[in-house]
Amino acid sequence: MSEIKKFRLTCIVCPLGCTVEVTMEGDRITGVEGFTCPRGKDYAIQEIREPKRIVMSVVKVRGGRFPTVAVKSDRPVPKELIPAIMKKLAEVEVEAPVSVGQVIVENVLGTGANIVATREA
Amino acid sequence: MRSEYDVIVIGGGPAGLAAAIKAKELGLNVLLIENREFLGGIPLQCVHPGFGIHYFKEDLTGTEFIHRIIERFRALDVEYYTNAHVLEVVPYSYRHKILRIVTEEGLFEVAARTVVYAAGARERHMFEIGITGHRVAGIYTAGEAQTMMDIYGVMPGKEIVIVGSGDVGLIMARRFTLEGAKVKAVIELMPYPGGLTRNVVQCLEDFGIPLYLSHAVTRVEGKKRVERVIVTKVDEKLRPIPGTEESIECDTVVLAAGLVPYLKVIEKAGVEIDPATRGPVVNSYLETSVPGIFVAGNALVINDLVDYVVEQGEEAAMGAYEFVKNGGLPALKWRKLVKGRNIRLAVPHYLADTKDVTIYARVGEPEENVRLRFPEIGKEIRLPFVRPSEMIRVKLKKEEIARAKDRITMEVVRDE
Repeated sequence: MSEIKKFRLTCIVCPLGCTVEVTMEGDRITGVEGFTCPRGKDYAIQEIREPKRIVMSVVKVRGGRFPTVAVKSDRPVPKELIPAIMKKLAEVEVEAPVSVGQVIVENVLGTGANIVATREA
Repeated sequence: MRSEYDVIVIGGGPAGLAAAIKAKELGLNVLLIENREFLGGIPLQCVHPGFGIHYFKEDLTGTEFIHRIIERFRALDVEYYTNAHVLEVVPYSYRHKILRIVTEEGLFEVAARTVVYAAGARERHMFEIGITGHRVAGIYTAGEAQTMMDIYGVMPGKEIVIVGSGDVGLIMARRFTLEGAKVKAVIELMPYPGGLTRNVVQCLEDFGIPLYLSHAVTRVEGKKRVERVIVTKVDEKLRPIPGTEESIECDTVVLAAGLVPYLKVIEKAGVEIDPATRGPVVNSYLETSVPGIFVAGNALVINDLVDYVVEQGEEAAMGAYEFVKNGGLPALKWRKLVKGRNIRLAVPHYLADTKDVTIYARVGEPEENVRLRFPEIGKEIRLPFVRPSEMIRVKLKKEEIARAKDRITMEVVRDE
């Protein structure tokens, strides 16, 4: 019989901020309680297995209306890779014009997520 | 520029853009005045998500949200000026206001049948929150720091202390950290965080940033630039406790100590102010005490969500439309919205049974398992919790409003 561990998380999917408790026996998730919607359950499981976040930042633009363009990852990326992604984005420079949704970095650090523009430049 | 408009919208952020779009769609002739060099207002510098969950049913960044609104605005070909200021709104008569507007082309006097005032809010500065000390470089409001970093790409500092743990302070803590600065602490006066729990988790706990509850920054020290702040514990009455001072080394102080509706122009026109919201007193058409002047967004009340700001913009435009169409508003009998137990603020202040109304309110104290009650109209809503940081938004139907004689109380009651 493996050790039973309980983790208390605050769900960050929506403003409600439900407290979700995940029970693990060894590597196995044996219980999820306290969520009030399916997204909360999925979040808690994901957060235990591999926490992920959307990354957002700004990158440099040449010849635009503003010196920067706002960007984000088009899907959540592993939390531990975020510092490396930020470092990568600090080196990126794009040419204006940039439109919203334009891919700035494809498949960033092999995560499968694209970095896309969220503001015009 | 024409010499007369049905509606002049002051402010090109989400509230003003939404108002201009709605007014134009309703067939009014519209002029919008924005004082910055670009349309969009504050969301243009909000690169984080959390925008549009209600309005677009999607989680967008501030930049994406406002882009969609600007696209709609552009498609309607609304007349607008950027780099333009409204100096004065003169309530010339019941049906006409005269606006003095400065643009790059000069000074204009323009008449408007109605005005939608949507100039947003200003940030509270250090002297309003009791910070003393040296007036050195490196002290910014959150909005200034955000403009520098996320529009102009310049970091405001390397080692930062943030004053205030509302959502703005929390989100800025994450932005600074991601961009390589060290956030030494977030200082909160109250015994609980000002922002949403999920923001405490994903903005502070994710990065191990310390949150000092029941603490105040009492002093800023430095020669040319900030070198340290003095942080002091506060008692239940929020007074600093002598002997508990602690010094935190930093080069930058960012003030995220709340917003105040920015009313300069319409205050001079004589609108009545609610001391609780610090915004104008309005009726359910979002008309102020000066007939024909409507208000929306953070100039009306400080909102949590841009979705509500846009909704208020549209509401104010519909109010302006009724005013233009009827030469005044159709409602004759107003019921006062009275703040009952644990309601700190609520707008609109006066309700009529001529239309359904959305009420935006905040509580004074956090509570769990409560009911929101309107005793005069027999309406009750069960709420799992109420928190000062989360605006309550509730709709009243005109038939419900009609049940009340002259007042409608709104109160939070505990479950027995």
